[in-house]
Amino acid sequence: MNKYIERLYNGIIKENPTFVLMLGMCPTLAVTTTAVNGIGMGLSTTAVLVFSNLLISALRKIIPDRVRIPAYIVIVASLVTIVQLLLQAYIPSLYNSLGIFIPLIVVNCIILGRAEAYAAKNGPVESAFDGIGMGLGFTVGLTCIALFRELLGSGAVFGMEIVPEDYRIAIFGLAPGAFFVLACLTALQNKFKAPSATNGSVSHSKLACGGNCMNCSGSACMSNHTTLESLRIQAQEEALAAKKAALAKKEAEMKAKMDKTEE
Amino acid sequence: MNKLLNVSSSPHVRSTDTTQSIMLDVAIAMLPAAAFGVFQFGMHALLVLIVTVAACVLSEFVFEKIAKRKNTIADMSAVVTGLILALNMPADIPLWIPVLGSIFAIIVVKQLYGGLGQNFMNPALAARCFLLISFTGKMSSFTLDGWSGATPLAVLKTGGSVDVAAMFIGKIPGTIGEVSVIALLIGAAYLVFKKIISLRIPVTYILTVAVFAFIFGQQDMNFVLAHICGGGLIFGAFFMATDYVTSPITPKGQIVFGILLGVLTGLFRLFGGSAEGVSYAIIISNLMVPLIERVTLPKAFGKEGK
Repeated sequence: MNKYIERLYNGIIKENPTFVLMLGMCPTLAVTTTAVNGIGMGLSTTAVLVFSNLLISALRKIIPDRVRIPAYIVIVASLVTIVQLLLQAYIPSLYNSLGIFIPLIVVNCIILGRAEAYAAKNGPVESAFDGIGMGLGFTVGLTCIALFRELLGSGAVFGMEIVPEDYRIAIFGLAPGAFFVLACLTALQNKFKAPSATNGSVSHSKLACGGNCMNCSGSACMSNHTTLESLRIQAQEEALAAKKAALAKKEAEMKAKMDKTEE
Repeated sequence: MNKLLNVSSSPHVRSTDTTQSIMLDVAIAMLPAAAFGVFQFGMHALLVLIVTVAACVLSEFVFEKIAKRKNTIADMSAVVTGLILALNMPADIPLWIPVLGSIFAIIVVKQLYGGLGQNFMNPALAARCFLLISFTGKMSSFTLDGWSGATPLAVLKTGGSVDVAAMFIGKIPGTIGEVSVIALLIGAAYLVFKKIISLRIPVTYILTVAVFAFIFGQQDMNFVLAHICGGGLIFGAFFMATDYVTSPITPKGQIVFGILLGVLTGLFRLFGGSAEGVSYAIIISNLMVPLIERVTLPKAFGKEGK
């Protein structure tokens, strides 16, 4: 059970597709004008992602390696079509405001990325949980961005207008505003060293600069580089030694077995 | 003869110019235009000027304190940014809008990219475009002597005719600093006299706009002169396009830059949706500067033939 929760944590926080992996930027920048749109887009992508990961993982031994990308696209496209028709039937307002970005989920790099990087190598259940985690991470990212943009650009929170019209900064409703908000949130995430794949690994603490390239220049940079390099070599040697030890142990076991059979 | 001479490595020729002295000269050169703006639009214009400059300096100070950088407010660059931004505001703008613009100019455009010398576009103009997109209505409603009116360029756009003499003196609606051509030219003459700016960019810029207006607009002297005197062209050409950080340093590049500015401004004014296009032309051309410098890099001595 633990590994499934780990998958969720990984998708939502550690490898958040929006703020850490920087995947799926096209819908991130385009549809996050209102919080409702952000949630809608996030959840539609989640639905597609869960089932595409599940199916691709289940079919991973049947699909020949050479034609895997077309096969993935066929699976994803069928799922997207289902989601699109469901949205059109039951939530037409969301369908209209998301527009072209629903069919574009087919080529969303989060979905193909997870199919390639995870579903094609792991079992169906883990893959489905990976899809849930990534999808929820994407939803959280989109909703955060959309909340700020909606509040600043059109003075509303979930459609409820709270800022008078005179004080709205229209640029946040447009494309440049999306870049600003995304950049600021990612910077905050980095600044506060939120747990993520790119933040605060152990080896950094051994460096003089704490792994922060901002304070680094010239000779200090070089010496840090050598430190990192030596750490890497040390890790390699350790791994090699461990391998050798394991091999030796195996041999000893084999020998013991042989001895036993001889007896 | 046995006095020990000091031997040092090059450069041996030194100039007395410092960032501070240059920025001070630019600020002085903008004073005639600012004074005319205050004289014409009243005390609220003065208030806008003071508040914008103060907001720019304060943002720079606060950001450098927070980021633990060297304090650079003494080099006057924030004052110049604030002055340019304030002169680009309509006189009766609510004061919080230029304050927001100042924060954007100094923190987002200048400091986040590394401070003075690292900004990829003119901070004051980037902030003006930010405000223009965000508060289109307030940023483009101009009043003069109590009645609100269209700027001469907007009149031209709708096919009317304008009085070029009034535009030259500045008796027209517009932003605080751009209205009076004569006051701007006095400041520009001071800059040229002090050798702070060269005439290459402004002259090619203005000439290109004139030629563009003549070819694609009306073949009429009044129309061409109105395009030269109208809007922010004179202000932009002498004070904003010549910004050291965001204009090419190669002489040929400066001419290319001026022509690019002129063509873009002409396109925006004659074929675009709005009547004015100087700010957008300058910030787009700012982005082209590294490319322009790359192709116009002079050959080193001895390598010209190859």
